[in-house]
Amino acid sequence: MSDLEDKLYTVKYTPDAVSHLLPVQECCRICKSKICTIVCPAGVYEWDENMRKLIVNYENCLECGACRIACESSSLGWEYPKGTKGVTFKQG
Amino acid sequence: MEKRENKTEVIVVGGGPAGISCAITIARAGKEVVLIERGRFSGSKNVFGGAIYAQPTREIFPDFEKTAPLERKNIEHKFALLGEDDATVISYKKKPENPVSYTVVRGKFDRWMAEQAKNEGVILVEETVVRELIVQDGFVKGVKTELEDYYADIVVLADGVNSLLAKQIGLRGNLAPEDVALSVKEVIKLPSEVINDRFHVNDDEGCIYEIFGGPMLGMLGLGFMYTNKNSVNIGLGVTLSELVDRGLKPYELLDKLKKHPEIAPLIKDGELLEYSAHLIPEGGYKKVPLLFGAGVMVCGDAAMFVNNMHWEGTNLAMISGKIAGETAVIALGKQDFSETALSHYQEELENSFIIKDLRTYKDLMSGVHERVGEFLGYYPKKINSFFEMFTSVDSVPKREKYHKFIKSIFTDRKISDLFKDAWTAVKLLWSILK
Repeated sequence: MSDLEDKLYTVKYTPDAVSHLLPVQECCRICKSKICTIVCPAGVYEWDENMRKLIVNYENCLECGACRIACESSSLGWEYPKGTKGVTFKQG
Repeated sequence: MEKRENKTEVIVVGGGPAGISCAITIARAGKEVVLIERGRFSGSKNVFGGAIYAQPTREIFPDFEKTAPLERKNIEHKFALLGEDDATVISYKKKPENPVSYTVVRGKFDRWMAEQAKNEGVILVEETVVRELIVQDGFVKGVKTELEDYYADIVVLADGVNSLLAKQIGLRGNLAPEDVALSVKEVIKLPSEVINDRFHVNDDEGCIYEIFGGPMLGMLGLGFMYTNKNSVNIGLGVTLSELVDRGLKPYELLDKLKKHPEIAPLIKDGELLEYSAHLIPEGGYKKVPLLFGAGVMVCGDAAMFVNNMHWEGTNLAMISGKIAGETAVIALGKQDFSETALSHYQEELENSFIIKDLRTYKDLMSGVHERVGEFLGYYPKKINSFFEMFTSVDSVPKREKYHKFIKSIFTDRKISDLFKDAWTAVKLLWSILK
């Protein structure tokens, strides 16, 4: 995880106060693969077993869209952050 | 046409290569066009491997080489077939008078393109997300942003691989994990002289690596390296379904690639400047969406216009944008924005390399998917073990070594499987060349 943190540290973000990623927690609770917690290149999603809840670190999102397509039940609410928010790539 | 506030002739959604090429083509014909970009500036949400192609770029910006922010002109293309810890590399090098491609940094290059577009009359609106298309009587009539509604005779969707807008109006369905590759990239800072030495190039000359195997052995994935002036891009793209099925984290694969003995010395002591990720539309011809409708056209990544066999994308984006722009100009001339009028876009695409190339490789992805473990796993490893055998010096007679190598192929794999591999390869080749 610390390797990924080092990577994300290099990315410029302007986080919004609200998430642009909206999982449907009822779907997450019965989701077997929880694949978003694996394929997301920014480790945005974490499953909290105690809370039985998907934690969304949306402020780290690289806006690639992989989670939306990989989502087993196609239930993930996914939109672009507001125009002034989100990631700004300088070296893309 | 009724006159209303916030009404223009064409709205282009997405300020990348496709959208800019489209908008500038329309502005040059004297028509009014608004280009809407969701990022702070063009290029700020864009990621790619690293190179733009000179000839197609010249079609939009004839003199771009004089003023555009270019990194290095590519003079060498390397193909590295990585085993677990060994590698076979072939390389093609030529110093052409007119380079095929240049490495660029999108945050600089796309921004430069958008600036040119502005100078030529395109109305550029940045930091604005189009949330929805306005559809009336079956015609796309405009866009809803966070703040306002804007109307236009034609809306062009150049909103990238995720194109939520093309989906909203039913031009395409949901993307499947097989249809996209997830790519992660690191830009690593190195002094210019170090890059020159490690990649055997002079100042302003660049080298491209296409990387097969290594941590992606047996997977539908490809690694890449590109050289900028003072940095090196290293990344890989793996079909999302492979990552899902195998439960792999993309950045862990990249970390493994960076440690491979063939790659590690090239980036040694470099400092990570930026990490990024992006989806690549890789569905090919069979997954191209409907490309036009009444009052609307789709171009670039939003239209699945990527030729993954040749690592091409920005060129297809620029030329499809240009064709959409030309179609819009004709439609505006006739004041006809019907599906029939805009079908001209599809016709011109069919006549261009874009659809022709996509069609050439239409069976590629399904063919490779079918035998990915063999074509991108077993055989790359076998090629490396051939060269290991060929270069070994151990007092074993050569004929014995050859016999052992040939025998190993038949013990590794059943004869029926070898026939199947060959048959798939022949079928693929035939589908490309027929």
